[in-house]
Amino acid sequence: MDFAANLFSTGTLSQILVGLSRTTILFIVSSGMSLILGVLRIPNVAHGSLYMIGAFVAWTVIQFLGGGLFAFLAALVVAPLIVAAVGFVLERGFFSYLYEREHLMLLLLTFSFALILGDLVKIVWGPEYRSVTVPAFFQGSAEIFGLPLPWYNLFLLIVGPCIAVFLWLVINKTNLGKIARAAAVDGEMVGAVGINVGWIFAFTFVLGSFLAGLGGALIAPMVNISLGMDHSLIMEAFLIVIIGGLGNMWGALLGSLIFGLTQSLGILVWPQFGIAFPYLAVVAVLVVRPRGLLRSTW
Amino acid sequence: MLDVRKIDTYYGQSHVLFDVSLSLRQGEIVGLLGRNGAGKTTTMKTVGGMLRPKKGTILFEGEDVTGRKPFQLVRRGICYVPDDRRIFSDLTVDDNLGIVYRRTREWDRERVYDLFPALREIADRRAGVLSGGEKAMLAVGRALMSGPKLLLLDEPTEGLAPLIVRALEEQILRLKGAGISILLSEQNLKSSLRLIDRAYIIDNGRIRYQGTAKELENNDEIQRMHLMI
Repeated sequence: MDFAANLFSTGTLSQILVGLSRTTILFIVSSGMSLILGVLRIPNVAHGSLYMIGAFVAWTVIQFLGGGLFAFLAALVVAPLIVAAVGFVLERGFFSYLYEREHLMLLLLTFSFALILGDLVKIVWGPEYRSVTVPAFFQGSAEIFGLPLPWYNLFLLIVGPCIAVFLWLVINKTNLGKIARAAAVDGEMVGAVGINVGWIFAFTFVLGSFLAGLGGALIAPMVNISLGMDHSLIMEAFLIVIIGGLGNMWGALLGSLIFGLTQSLGILVWPQFGIAFPYLAVVAVLVVRPRGLLRSTW
Repeated sequence: MLDVRKIDTYYGQSHVLFDVSLSLRQGEIVGLLGRNGAGKTTTMKTVGGMLRPKKGTILFEGEDVTGRKPFQLVRRGICYVPDDRRIFSDLTVDDNLGIVYRRTREWDRERVYDLFPALREIADRRAGVLSGGEKAMLAVGRALMSGPKLLLLDEPTEGLAPLIVRALEEQILRLKGAGISILLSEQNLKSSLRLIDRAYIIDNGRIRYQGTAKELENNDEIQRMHLMI
């Protein structure tokens, strides 16, 4: 009875909205991972590290500019760009030499970069926790159907669909996006129509890294920025990409929704075990559809 | 314009091409004839840069292009059309043509659609749902977008209905008329004789015979030994 009472209580809706805003960040990070997985075929274990770097860089930018709304918005632009630059160096400097090798080699390389980047973060920012306060502009709550929803969560709820639309436009309406889609299915043939696939891969990796950095910057005011924040995220992002369908951007959206909502609703239904619900949902999805919910490019 | 000199190509450990030499002059259609597994596709892929020869050189317009990557060769004017077409099935017909690197402004979508009017009518369709004939036309049209000087057509009519084969052959002859040189691989001698000026016959990875179309037509012994008739 308790479960049902909790589930239909007035708090449910605001819990759903909070869950959805968390979904936004999961979606932004996992869509970047899915993009890289689909086009370059790299399961990028270092993706979580890029997200962590995004959060730390956002902190630095905000410190440097002395806080406030402007500093925060600047961080949302600068952090993803710096992470994208890191991605560019990784792709051109290392990954691009291994595309013709076995997949296992690439997987190992990304794993080693997850460790190296983790240590670099420790060297640059130290082992302490960092935190970013939500700018005054976003403090307080909005009233949605008579229920309070923090302004920052509302902001995330607006950013998420914007990113989805932006990605959709890039992938479906630009020549670069179309080439990337073709390369996801048959990279060799893209080369055989005169396109330097290497640069398409670099572009995709940079875009994916940008999204990881953006996710990190967006989550900065909501969590303690710390070493190790990459580990939990990388697990979640991988699971989301797997249940959504490898390389499918809408799959990443669907997977994030399932993950974020089962998490926030799970806490309502059974608070002690709330954290287990998303994983149970993953198991359920994989039992029914082992290859993911939507069409995979693999 | 194309001069392949004594190339040896391997697939991993297995030696597939032995000492293959062939040449092609500007504006010619040259056939590369042989049975299944004789080495036709391997030869085409080696010339197109998708496989790297272990020995030998490939000259194009007098320049050594051995070991260049496919995209570099396309920009140089050599474009390979695979026997299994490999069109981008997720993209529309129009986008399949649109994403190609264009070496010159001579070829554009309009010109490809003029050559294959059937493609114009299905321009917005996803390429994955096309019929075999439409895919074959799209594969050739896609290659044309790059403005090739030399087309490598790997069994372009394989698996198509006779009526469609005829139509495609007409288009190939029109390409020759437009000054494009073509290296055409084919299993079937009869159909290729309508197109080719000269031919090489390949068997077990070695060139066994070369001659003009007419010489080949009259040489029953060679046909029996190396070809499917």
